[in-house]
Amino acid sequence: MQPIASGLFTKDDPPRLIGGRDRATGRIVFPCPPGDGFEAVPLSRTGTLWSYTIQRFRPKSPPYAGPEAFTPWALGYVELPGETIVEARLTDVEFGAIEIGMPLELTQVPLDPDAAESVAIPAFRPEGASA
Amino acid sequence: MTDVCIVGIGIHPFGRTEGRSGLEQGVFAVREALSDAGIAWGDVDFAYGASDAAGNPDTMVEQLGLTGAQFINVRNGCAAGGSALFSAQMAIKAGEADIGLAVGFDKHPRGAFDAKPAEYNLPEWYGDAGYMVTTQFFATKIMRYMHLNGISRETLGRVAAKAFRNGAKAPHAWRRDPVPLDVILDAPMVSDPYSKYMFCSPAEGGVALILASEKKARELGKPIVKLKAATMRTRPPGSFEVFAPSIDVERGGSATNIASRDAFEIAGIGPEDIGVAQLQDTEAGAELMHMAENGFVADGEQERYLREGWTEIDGRLPVNTDGGCLACGEPIGASGLRQVYENVVQLRGDGGARQVPGNPKTAYSHVYGAPGVSAVTILER
Repeated sequence: MQPIASGLFTKDDPPRLIGGRDRATGRIVFPCPPGDGFEAVPLSRTGTLWSYTIQRFRPKSPPYAGPEAFTPWALGYVELPGETIVEARLTDVEFGAIEIGMPLELTQVPLDPDAAESVAIPAFRPEGASA
Repeated sequence: MTDVCIVGIGIHPFGRTEGRSGLEQGVFAVREALSDAGIAWGDVDFAYGASDAAGNPDTMVEQLGLTGAQFINVRNGCAAGGSALFSAQMAIKAGEADIGLAVGFDKHPRGAFDAKPAEYNLPEWYGDAGYMVTTQFFATKIMRYMHLNGISRETLGRVAAKAFRNGAKAPHAWRRDPVPLDVILDAPMVSDPYSKYMFCSPAEGGVALILASEKKARELGKPIVKLKAATMRTRPPGSFEVFAPSIDVERGGSATNIASRDAFEIAGIGPEDIGVAQLQDTEAGAELMHMAENGFVADGEQERYLREGWTEIDGRLPVNTDGGCLACGEPIGASGLRQVYENVVQLRGDGGARQVPGNPKTAYSHVYGAPGVSAVTILER
């Protein structure tokens, strides 16, 4: 699967997210903004769930580029300790089992699970869950 | 510097008005406000107008009259109306003019707002992936807040139930029917923990306020409602805002914290002195969180406040007496000005069935918008 955009993941196996460190303040953000003000840094693959919700309706297109057929999905903010809190899909977990503070690890999910060739977006799953 | 007074108010009912453009709803509100103040459009020296999706406010002059008045357009997310008011009062305070207008209107298509990444300095993939959805932000913000501060989902429901009860008593509100708590809690979910009754909807409407120097206000013979403070602030480091691909580990304050603190300082009073408050309630949890961010309660106290009815019209601090955004809907440009309109109604004692008892002397309004702006006003009669 090709990532939804370039510059989001490192080439490592498994990949890591690429954040940006503000050269002036040290503040880390995701994704890494263009320009000279930020230095690209690989982010921690693991973190804990900071908050979450379930998207229960299909977002408007544009800008949403996901499938026409809609299945609710979970998203969360994942705290990567000492770095930043990133927004991403949550996968491999029942909606009812999602809890703030749960340990998570980075993975990828297809934007359109039914498409033969979908782009990949960042996601987190419970630590130790199988792919 | 002169004190600034609100001498005229006008509103076009919120909701859906087929066959009338957003701009026409704004003109309707302006004519009402002029009539309320007992002046003509030709007496107005300048105007600030807010609209997000319904056209350029300055084109209203084609319908109001080609007087050559200065007319500036404001676009500031959901805080656009508050920003227009902030700007208008500055001109009078500075002595540049005696009579000014702050007007806001809007008319949005049905469904959620469809913001575009480029307008918020975000990469295209962020929208492609389904994150340009305001409801997600509000839901994740309250989910964290409930977790940290022991707020129950039932308390979210109580906010919505109160909004619809109050809206039923406000002629300008969109949702005029009370909705029982269990219906609110059991309704289909939109973005957990929020059901459909816990979110406001984009809507239509227009509000106009005529501002005058205190000297001019006395000449007009209107009841004196002073604008003691009007602040508009952007976000500090470590805040959590709409459309955030990442947020800082080190948590900070909010635009609301700063706008509120500064407004109280300018007015020379504190939260305990406020008699009635209109707080941005894009969704039920926003009202709760904004009660704390504006200094009216400590985090977590809302659970008891709501259970004991302290924010009801006859409670200790009535909040969103006209039903707020939940009952009125949210036309972006008009929303912040509706709050001030409602406060003037309350201070004049004209609230009818929704009038706060005991002749409140001070009123507070707070509007919040993307991508992290807040505007606060404090009125005193």
